[in-house]
Amino acid sequence: MADPKLTLYGESFASRLLLGTAGYPSPDILARAAKASGAEILTVSLRRESARQRTGQGFWQLIEELGLKLLPNTAGCHTPKEAIATAQMARELFGTDWIKLEVIGNDDTLQPDLFGLVEAAKALSNDGFKILPYCTEDLSAAERLIAAGCEVLMPWGSPIGSACGLSNRPGLKALRAYFPDIPLIVDAGIGAPSHAAEAMELGYDGVLLNTAIAKAGDPVAMAAAFGKAIEAGHKAFAAGLMEPQNMASPSTPVAGTPFTRADRAS
Amino acid sequence: MQIRVNGEPHATEAGDLAALCAELELGDAKIATARNGDFVPASSRAATPLQTGDEIEIVAPRQGG
Repeated sequence: MADPKLTLYGESFASRLLLGTAGYPSPDILARAAKASGAEILTVSLRRESARQRTGQGFWQLIEELGLKLLPNTAGCHTPKEAIATAQMARELFGTDWIKLEVIGNDDTLQPDLFGLVEAAKALSNDGFKILPYCTEDLSAAERLIAAGCEVLMPWGSPIGSACGLSNRPGLKALRAYFPDIPLIVDAGIGAPSHAAEAMELGYDGVLLNTAIAKAGDPVAMAAAFGKAIEAGHKAFAAGLMEPQNMASPSTPVAGTPFTRADRAS
Repeated sequence: MQIRVNGEPHATEAGDLAALCAELELGDAKIATARNGDFVPASSRAATPLQTGDEIEIVAPRQGG
């Protein structure tokens, strides 16, 4: 029986969806999508503020009004040094020691630089941060991140914004099996509610996504669909899924089938 | 004095980071700062003198995934 609540760093959440805030058609649609999704954790970022446009000030007002738990990211950082300074700025700006730690290794795939990620995680953990690292399904990197103080891991499903879903299902299953007691969240690459449900059916603790909702034809309706899919996947995993097999197995009882004769094989 | 603010060349007479933020009318805004790649807490801005060639970052909340 799985826990009905998602617990990360001692805080519990009823929803297992972590929602990104970028790329919505309007601030109002973002606010309505967040509500429809049921998400209690929103990812946010920080960017250079222009004195003339003051873009960030309006966004901050919107986010404050939503009143949800904030998870700032270090998106776009390519070195541990950049990620550490960005995390420190985010902690002051958003008033939280939670950080979605990203150290990007390649601009085409946006895959994590696992070496830089571990280095940054060590430094930030020593500085009191609660780190949610954007990583891969690599087991040895996962071990080093946990040793560095990470109490949550967020492996990618597939490249950020690709909508390819879970491209290494066996790898994600192995990670789940190796770390049964560490909260695992699939972060990135989710394109459809079925992808999110699949992650939950593998026993993952949550799903983080952004683009699949923000860029949907109707982001508010899609947010609700994802909320239901994640809940369904979680309940299905908790209920115990049957294992696939190669041959058919009749669901209707064979005994008493009319017109059959014991001496006639099918 | 010539410095860089958010990657752009910027001429300023501000003596410290707090004065620079005020000059840019961001003194009371929701911002965070860094100087030459290192985070500078809000409480340390006034005690952070500026020097020619300094690279200053001034950031604010933004949408993210």
